Amino acid sequence: MLELEIWRGGAIGRFQTYRIPTREAQTVLDAVSEVQRTEAPTLAYRFACRVGMCGSCAMMVNDRPRWTCRTRVAVAAPDGRLRLAPLRHFPVVKDLVVDMAPFFAKWQRAHGRFEPGPAPATEFATVPPSTPERRAADAGIECINCGVCYAACDVVGWNPDYLGPAALNRAWTLVNDVRDRARAAARLAAVTGPGGCQSCHTHMACTETCPKAIAPTYAIAGLKRQAMRAALAGTR
Amino acid sequence: MSGALIVRAHRHPGLLAALLNRISGLALALFLPAHFIVLGLALSGAPALERFLALTDNPLMRTLEAGLVGALALHFACGLRILAIELLDFREKTAVAVAACLAFAFFFGLLFLLSAEIGG
Amino acid sequence: MNATLFAASRVSALILAVAVAVHLVVIIHAVQQGLTIGAILSRTHGNWAFLVLYGCFVLAAAVHAPIGLRTVLAEWFSWSGPLADWLLLAFGVLLAVLGLRAALAVFLA
Repeated sequence: MLELEIWRGGAIGRFQTYRIPTREAQTVLDAVSEVQRTEAPTLAYRFACRVGMCGSCAMMVNDRPRWTCRTRVAVAAPDGRLRLAPLRHFPVVKDLVVDMAPFFAKWQRAHGRFEPGPAPATEFATVPPSTPERRAADAGIECINCGVCYAACDVVGWNPDYLGPAALNRAWTLVNDVRDRARAAARLAAVTGPGGCQSCHTHMACTETCPKAIAPTYAIAGLKRQAMRAALAGTR
Repeated sequence: MSGALIVRAHRHPGLLAALLNRISGLALALFLPAHFIVLGLALSGAPALERFLALTDNPLMRTLEAGLVGALALHFACGLRILAIELLDFREKTAVAVAACLAFAFFFGLLFLLSAEIGG
Repeated sequence: MNATLFAASRVSALILAVAVAVHLVVIIHAVQQGLTIGAILSRTHGNWAFLVLYGCFVLAAAVHAPIGLRTVLAEWFSWSGPLADWLLLAFGVLLAVLGLRAALAVFLA
């Protein structure tokens, strides 16, 4: 039998224990779905694609943020005990469902959006894939905003202003987008202000946990270098 | 919070490095004013400094001093790792790098402890 | 933390990297040789290279330490704002004054 302790409630609540049969090749998503269908019809949780493409199913599995559809029970809970909680650092809506709004608000604050400027190009931009900027952008472009890195990051918990690894990683991909230079100064100011890239202490929890194997730590290091260059150039 | 951090740190070398850097930095920051004040005794001449330092000439103080030397070496090594990652885009096997920082710190701390004679 | 403090922290760290490397070697050399206080002071007396190097060491530390403390106070003790900043600035000035005084004391002794 598999024993699951699942968070029930909102910000205030408690863990409730459920038991379901252990099944071959069971994923955590399989398990929580079975609990919802057979024992807890009011349990709220998210999933969509269930094949590791959308990132909707992220939650804390035994104190580690992961995608439940890509987490085998046998790997995550060799002793047959699972503890499921909503993603850390997000406001809880109900049970395992969190409010993603603050995460996306920080995404916008970091200027994590393409800004071609008042006079967009009329010709296609030629960006050879081997250029350093394109390779730097490629390294971070696959982010699907699942929030796992944000949940993993201790600094997000310590500093409410911290923009977080996902937003900063996205900003770095845009810094390296040669078509997006219109508001480069504004983006740099956004990612070097309070809660900006300087707040990263290289714990590397984001890089360890990212299900897409993105390394926000190194994207943030790139932003730090940019910040240093700008700060030193400003004082000359 | 601190207990949970320490438990997690043993499985996450990047977090361990950050905690070691922070703790050693705090220790050094708190120690520095005392260090400067003691050295300032030399303004009253070498004997004044010697008299004060004779008070610290015992095994406990030597061990604490070795701890400070170790803390200095640790903060130095962890700091160099951060500078390499941030300024040189250094990619690492984190566990190896952090182990090397700790080894460096222990080396200097132990070397100090074993070299510093009591009564010397 | 802002871009200026961050740059100051990293630039001072680069200076400290050199100074601390020298200091660690000096410490180990002194204890290995069993140097007495008098022996050390005779080496530093009138030694301009010592005064310049350790003077820079002191100033770099006086910049680096308060910036680091500021982050720790904000993240672990939830203490930030103008009062904290002024106190940390005062601490930095204290370190610089006490440190330069100490370097001078050792230089003159």
